[in-house]
Amino acid sequence: MAEVAGGPRPEGEGARRRRAAPPLPQYLCSSSLFPLQTVPGPAAPRRAGPPPARDAPTSGSARPAPPLPRTRVREAPGGRGQPGWAGPCGGGASRGGRGRALPLTVVAPVSPAAEAAELRARLRSVKHTVLVLSGKGGVGKSTFSALLAHGLAADEAKQVALLDIDICGPSIPKMMGLEGEQVHQSGSGWSPVYVEENLGVMSVGFLLSSPDDAVIWRGPKKNGLIKQFLRDVDWGEIDYLIVDTPPGTSDEHLSIVQYLSAAHIDGAVIITTPQEVSLQDVRKEINFCHKVKVPIIGVVENMSGFICPKCKNESQIFPPTTGGAEKMCQNLNISLLGKVPLDPQIGKSCDKGQSFLSEVPDSPATSSYRSIIQRIQEYCDLQHFQEEKTI
Amino acid sequence: CAEILARSNLAGVRHILLVLSGKGGVGKSTIATELALSLRHSGKKVGILDVDLCGPSIPRMFNVQDNDVHQCDSGWVPVFVDQDKSISLMSIGFLLEKPDDAVVWRGPKKNALIKQFVADVAWGDLDFLIVDTPPGTSDEHISTVEALRPYKPLGAILVTTPQAVSVGDVRRELTFCKKTGLRVLGIIENMSGFVCPHCSECTNIFSKGGGEELAKHAGVPFLGSVPLDPQLSQSLEEGRDFIQEFPKSSAFPALAHIAQQILDGTSPQSS
Ligand SMILES: Nc1ncnc2c1ncn2[C@@H]1O[C@H](COP(=O)(O)OP(=O)(O)OP(=O)(O)O)[C@@H](O)[C@H]1O
Ligand SMILES: Nc1ncnc2c1ncn2[C@@H]1O[C@H](COP(=O)(O)OP(=O)(O)OP(=O)(O)O)[C@@H](O)[C@H]1O
Ligand SMILES: [Mg+2]
Ligand SMILES: [Mg+2]
Ligand SMILES: [Zn+2]
Repeated sequence: MAEVAGGPRPEGEGARRRRAAPPLPQYLCSSSLFPLQTVPGPAAPRRAGPPPARDAPTSGSARPAPPLPRTRVREAPGGRGQPGWAGPCGGGASRGGRGRALPLTVVAPVSPAAEAAELRARLRSVKHTVLVLSGKGGVGKSTFSALLAHGLAADEAKQVALLDIDICGPSIPKMMGLEGEQVHQSGSGWSPVYVEENLGVMSVGFLLSSPDDAVIWRGPKKNGLIKQFLRDVDWGEIDYLIVDTPPGTSDEHLSIVQYLSAAHIDGAVIITTPQEVSLQDVRKEINFCHKVKVPIIGVVENMSGFICPKCKNESQIFPPTTGGAEKMCQNLNISLLGKVPLDPQIGKSCDKGQSFLSEVPDSPATSSYRSIIQRIQEYCDLQHFQEEKTI
Repeated sequence: CAEILARSNLAGVRHILLVLSGKGGVGKSTIATELALSLRHSGKKVGILDVDLCGPSIPRMFNVQDNDVHQCDSGWVPVFVDQDKSISLMSIGFLLEKPDDAVVWRGPKKNALIKQFVADVAWGDLDFLIVDTPPGTSDEHISTVEALRPYKPLGAILVTTPQAVSVGDVRRELTFCKKTGLRVLGIIENMSGFVCPHCSECTNIFSKGGGEELAKHAGVPFLGSVPLDPQLSQSLEEGRDFIQEFPKSSAFPALAHIAQQILDGTSPQSS
């Protein structure tokens, strides 16, 4: 069984940037829907037949998602499209022969209750959890997650973990300057990759063997990996767990909320850009948070306005035609944590894998990020305080 | 089988194109929209199937977000953008009771609806059916490609922005195309440079050249660079016809050129 690690800290300098070739890549590749490699990993236990029962709670059929908010179409023509249909090349469930056990350390099926206990034990050492969410793609979730992690880790006394659950489009390895790094295994699980001694990172990107590798997975496999990221990674004692997510309200989002319910979620930071095309998706994400009872710490409006470096005039490249995040936050009665302008330096720092906060410390965007990070920190402290009071 | 294909709702559709990207927010829905408008401008009948179930953008980009889907004998009637029915749309956005409702679905439900979208929408005769997708290589993409396979899609247009973080994700999408046997029609670099409307200074807000480099590296056609253009984002906000109304705008030439390449690639002489 995956045991509760006694919270081992990163092993100092030696643990950083260590390169090892663990058996993970093969496992990942061979269990992908369209196998990237046909050679099975030596350490990946081969298992025929249906996936282990422990996966059941994550699959759509076993735990049906809330029904479609009432549709205006009266009747589905032809009676096709039964919910639960997994498709000709569905995830683990419908590819019995190809399905392979995900766990590294656990092979025997585990009951949902035991699993929750396991997760709870592992997550007991996490003080604060912050999800970074948006209904819209490309609004700056990963950039913000990375900078939030850097910002919090500036305090050397704090241990920060950054978890990337964007399984098909992981950006965190590049943004943290960890591209090409690989995860290695220790007695107590997978070790995160460390940027600093107090900043550990985990992403599917560390499990891929080439930048061309695609993770062509349906929901159940993505859910399985997310669970492993929480249960099988030896995070140690953590003050802040920051979770970067893909856009949307689907498998990854439901799973992370479900698995983290074994611990505690301080809240979600919602990222948007000013235009209505983005806000309309973000309102859905806010409704998702209400539905699954994740508190909203606040909204960040990113890419709001661009000041021309030559003439200093401002242009609204993504125009706030319906009042931007400010109006939305007023209407929905949630906090606006701040606005971050467009700054070409942000994209450049991301591409170079450096922290924009330390690269360009005196820009308007940096001071905006800093004040937002501070507000999040204060929110978390307050949460902690209230919790202690209730105990 | 041939008989089933002949009777299917896609029997009258000549060319099917997918718009894909591994990266979010790079302009997939924008390209799908502007391509449809450009093709209409050239006299074509176009449909857009929006398989982004959690974040559908297409209804608003045509300002028809309040429309309903109705049913007829052969299935669901798509939403028409104009009187001439030259552009028709299908999106989950038309099926929601309240526009802000979240579609909190795991894979199987998404797959079921996509299958239904492919089988049951009464498109009628179309020159082009453009499929707008969410970012990634997961349920929506696998299901869409599987469901469309019998109808032999022409191929996929890949959209990226110039930065390395975006290009990296699009490299993975190229692998998806290869693995699923989907032809790559070409790569578009969107949001490539911004010309200040006040002083004409060009700033590469999201860097420049990454998409073109990727096309070269991968040996696939490069369809062009579309600059950041506030008139484009503004007209998408209002659901206006950018191609008709802003021919002098900075993004127009690149968008028109992209449509022309698609037309050239599908004209009878070339096929
Ligand atoms: N304020 C900003 N100014 C300029 N560039 C920015 C800004 N914020 C983010 N970017 C850049 O925009 C791109 C998209 O950001 P990012 O990848 O963080 O978005 P995302 O929401 O995580 O996208 P996805 O939905 O694909 O996960 C990145 O290249 C990033 O560096
Ligand atoms: N060339 C451009 N100039 C200015 N704005 C643009 C340009 N291309 C796209 N946009 C704007 O950028 C935003 C994101 O574009 P869009 O919604 O088309 O991206 P997407 O790839 O479909 O995103 P998602 O991954 O969320 O589906 C939209 O508001 C759009 O209007
Ligand atoms: Mg991201
Ligand atoms: Mg889109
Ligand atoms: Zn200027």
